[in-house]
Amino acid sequence: MEHNPFKWGRPDDAVYGAYNHQIAEAGVNSLFPKMNTQNPIITGTSVIGIKYKDGVILAADNMGSYGSLMRFSNVERLLTIGENTVVGVSGDISDAQQLARYLDSLELQENVYDNDGENQLKAVNVHEYLTKLLYHRRSQMNPLWNALIVGGFDEAGEPFMKSVDLLGVSFSSSTLATGFGAHLAVPLLRQVIPEDKKYVDVTEEQARKVIEDCMRVLFYRDARSMDKYSMVTIKKGQELKFEKDLVVKDQNWRFAQNIRGYGNAQQ
Amino acid sequence: MSRTTVASEYSAEIQSTPIEHRFNPYSDNGGTVLGIAGKDFAVLAGDTRHVTGYNINSRYEPRVFDVGDNIVMTANGFAADGKALIDRFKNQIKWYKFNNGGKKLEMQSAARYIQQLLYGKRFFPYYVSTLIAGLDEEGRGAVYSYDPVGSYEREQCRAGGAAASLIMPFLDNQVNFKNQFIPGTDGKEKRPFEYLSLQEVIELVKDAFNSAAERHIHVGDGLEILIVTKDGVRTEYSPLKRD
Amino acid sequence: MFRNNYDNDAITYSPTGRLFQIEYALEAIKQGSAAVGLTSKKHVVLCALKRNAEELGSYQKKIVTVDDHMGIALSGLAPDARVLSNFLRREAMTSKMMFDRPLPVHQAVFSIADKAQENTQMYGQRPYGVGMLIAGYDDSGPHLYEFQPSGSVLEYYGALIGARSQAARTYLERNVDVIRESESVEALIVHGLNALRDTLSQDVELTFKNTSVSVVGVDTKFTTYDNEDVQQWLDKLDSVSNQRNNDDGDDDDDGDDGDDDNKDDGENKDGLEPTEVPEEDKMDTNE
Repeated sequence: MEHNPFKWGRPDDAVYGAYNHQIAEAGVNSLFPKMNTQNPIITGTSVIGIKYKDGVILAADNMGSYGSLMRFSNVERLLTIGENTVVGVSGDISDAQQLARYLDSLELQENVYDNDGENQLKAVNVHEYLTKLLYHRRSQMNPLWNALIVGGFDEAGEPFMKSVDLLGVSFSSSTLATGFGAHLAVPLLRQVIPEDKKYVDVTEEQARKVIEDCMRVLFYRDARSMDKYSMVTIKKGQELKFEKDLVVKDQNWRFAQNIRGYGNAQQ
Repeated sequence: MSRTTVASEYSAEIQSTPIEHRFNPYSDNGGTVLGIAGKDFAVLAGDTRHVTGYNINSRYEPRVFDVGDNIVMTANGFAADGKALIDRFKNQIKWYKFNNGGKKLEMQSAARYIQQLLYGKRFFPYYVSTLIAGLDEEGRGAVYSYDPVGSYEREQCRAGGAAASLIMPFLDNQVNFKNQFIPGTDGKEKRPFEYLSLQEVIELVKDAFNSAAERHIHVGDGLEILIVTKDGVRTEYSPLKRD
Repeated sequence: MFRNNYDNDAITYSPTGRLFQIEYALEAIKQGSAAVGLTSKKHVVLCALKRNAEELGSYQKKIVTVDDHMGIALSGLAPDARVLSNFLRREAMTSKMMFDRPLPVHQAVFSIADKAQENTQMYGQRPYGVGMLIAGYDDSGPHLYEFQPSGSVLEYYGALIGARSQAARTYLERNVDVIRESESVEALIVHGLNALRDTLSQDVELTFKNTSVSVVGVDTKFTTYDNEDVQQWLDKLDSVSNQRNNDDGDDDDDGDDGDDDNKDDGENKDGLEPTEVPEEDKMDTNE
């Protein structure tokens, strides 16, 4: 009688021989072959971003979901690197934290020999690095399960915003959003900037307002979002402004009473 | 490990085996590209729309690039692979120059080298249709086209990407005069081949892309045409349908 | 067999705190022909004197392109320089690939400095036998560094390596203010060639065959002028032979150049052997 329930129901070693652990790099004491991430665990939802005439604004809420469970409500998903580059991360939070470590050591490495401090990595460089990193990991079939938006300035010092996802696919636009935001926020953002180059006509106030509107709409309709969020404003010639614990303003839930089975409306 | 596991119906009973939901390393980012070689010029054009599924990620993301040495290149399909391929090729052009005293990389050498890059990933392919355009050693326009694993040939024209099947028959007819006959010969005498002028080619490219944008949702927003002549590479942009 | 008890390997200190093998490596640099580097606020120029081993032979390459924004001039063991410049090229490409950014000059310089330093601390290793001037232009402007086999790197407004470079150093020191304020590339190159000219031995002139000139800077990719291309710059000089050789020649030169050097130059073109035991007080002149 085999008393270990985990060994029940499998081929008998005496008859079929022991499991060959060399198959698929299985560890000697491990029941499983080596596995890579096949799905995200704790996740962050949309990151949204917009360019305006003097810079870039990025925003992301503070929730870390475990499936449909609101597991964490204090996750910071906007990472700063250097003086004026911000990376907004959605997707798997543990992978996001790994990315944060990569970015930290990158920043450290940069500063070691930079005697004059005039060769700082710009957002373009950080984006290229992340693109190569994510593409490399997907090519190993071991992805970092994230979609990122990098905001800051390009080589010429002009506003820069570009996105990259777990496959290493990257694209830039004056209006970007990951996840649910790609469906819900992008149309609102594109109302403010109908054509890519027209971001130069947008003021900081306009950009900020539309980001706040988007965060509200996302909170209304994205079940994995929350009403507490962070926002970063990157502006030419100024230190970047990092606002935490912002709350979605002007919420209006009156529409709910008309939804059958939700508010007071009768079946 | 002298004995290996024997496959049997028992193996299906192991409950703790993870159910495999494989990570898919590819996606399709849409867009379409087109190259035409003329007598002493070549063009390579692509739309600027970047998509995943029904999402338009960007309305302006260039997909045709000047890679130096009077060669233009595109790798359309899975955008990350396309970028990786073009980056590697640009990099290798530099090494070619270091190793050959700054010599220009000729079209046919570039073409063969790209085959090596593509075939090098034969068992994890770059999911792209690749085109390069430029001038050959005699100064004639040249377009080379590739399948994802490096099979290639030199052609007069080629469309690639999402709307390739919409554009290619049009090109066959308008560039190589396929199914065109001399009037009055009762369909017996084929219209002989002749080179189109640059102006005609550009108009043809615009017609092809306007039509493709009309019928294919992954094509649109903008058209970027890179034109290679002996004087270098120049770019023309024109808008396409954005819906 | 040995000059003293403390130069059997590169990693053993002498009781006076010196690493003789490394000092010998620095001597190897002085055997090479001269290279001059100088900077204005917008550009860096490298000028170098090429040697041919014999009349019918080709000239040794003195300037190597690393990337569009960077290049090096070398003096000493050319094969060592080839290894180092190929390493730099790879580093530059990696920077392009990984960050889409030209490799910052200081990063480039420290990357080879760290390689060189390892050879001074590892048993069985030989220090590089080459000195290099690294010229580059990046986000923080034009830069000129000198690399030494000891692993030390310093940034300069004007720097010189190779045989009889002291004479050229004098020229640069006298004219540094003018050189720094040079607006045009042409002025900078003329100063560079003037300095290089001062390193010539008696029977040699600057010709388009033995002179290399490179420039990099604002809106200027690293460009090297060799052979016929360099004639345009030589034409701008008042003379292509060393004025000092015609003068009294006293000047303020140090002991390690001058007449006796001219003599052993002929028989020892790319030779490596140090000609004398370094004297105590000569040792810390390497910066």
